[in-house]
Amino acid sequence: MRYLRLTIIGTIFGIVLYKSQAVSWYRIFEMFHFDSFHMYGIIGSAVVTGAILVAWIKRLDVRARNSQPMDFTPKEKGIARYLIGGTIFGLGWALSGSCPGPVFVLIGTGSLAIVVVLIFALIGTLLYGLFKDKLPH
Amino acid sequence: MDLLWEYISGPWPWYICGPLITFVMFLLLYEGKNLGVSSNFATLCAIGGAGKFADFFRFDWKAYRWNLFVVLGMIIGGVIASQFLTPDKSIDLNENTVRLLERFGFNNAGSGYLPVELFSLEAMLTWKGGIMLAGGGLLIGFGARYAGGCTSGHAISGLSNLQLPSLIAVIGFFAGGLFMVHVILPLLLN
Repeated sequence: MRYLRLTIIGTIFGIVLYKSQAVSWYRIFEMFHFDSFHMYGIIGSAVVTGAILVAWIKRLDVRARNSQPMDFTPKEKGIARYLIGGTIFGLGWALSGSCPGPVFVLIGTGSLAIVVVLIFALIGTLLYGLFKDKLPH
Repeated sequence: MDLLWEYISGPWPWYICGPLITFVMFLLLYEGKNLGVSSNFATLCAIGGAGKFADFFRFDWKAYRWNLFVVLGMIIGGVIASQFLTPDKSIDLNENTVRLLERFGFNNAGSGYLPVELFSLEAMLTWKGGIMLAGGGLLIGFGARYAGGCTSGHAISGLSNLQLPSLIAVIGFFAGGLFMVHVILPLLLN
């Protein structure tokens, strides 16, 4: 049942991402040219409503289904890994027009080309694992 | 009913989609989980036996199996949305973007959901198309793990929780994206 619920949540997420057009290469290109507010509106309204939600959860101590506190593990401190890693990620986001979520949504649309992106994303992840200790964090 | 179908089948406005993404984040928090897609790449590597090559992948992937079901759902969501909920797949792009893309050899930008110049079978097998897809994949996979998250984990989950590291990562996402679109892509596409 738990896995079914998670699959349904993923399905909702996939439908929303597709219908928002945030998984279209065109929209990403347009966003980085500042030609449309659309993408900024999606991310911005998600962050604003998300921040209100998280503050509300913390204040009222809203619990998860299993009555444990919800998981808000803070991110590890640091600058280099976030700045360098983030920039590398951004280069790929704009090049392929897709970030990890959209990769999976687009697989559902039947695009064979996106399978290439997925395979190389896995290779990229593998490369990070191999060279992790040699990189500044 | 017709009016409802008109709203569902058309593109959804940003002020509906953003809060809906937050709703998805809430559902995952309620399940005791977190929104973050890119960690699935590491889980898939670990399942594939990458632990033989790097310590980084020697973790108990079963603890992260739940997230693969979210991803499975996202694939199903892609099927449902593209097959049944979107008869018209065109995208209403800004005129500037359309003209700019035309200069780069993308004809009728926005007439479909994805550019055939990049995502069709023929394009995929050209060196330019291949480099963009493979290179893009390589960079998002490497960069997401290096930064410890992607657009969902940092930009949505992290910023909602007011995490400074996530803000730094998101600044990086945009720095990289702007450099790609304004400097590297023009060189690659001309």
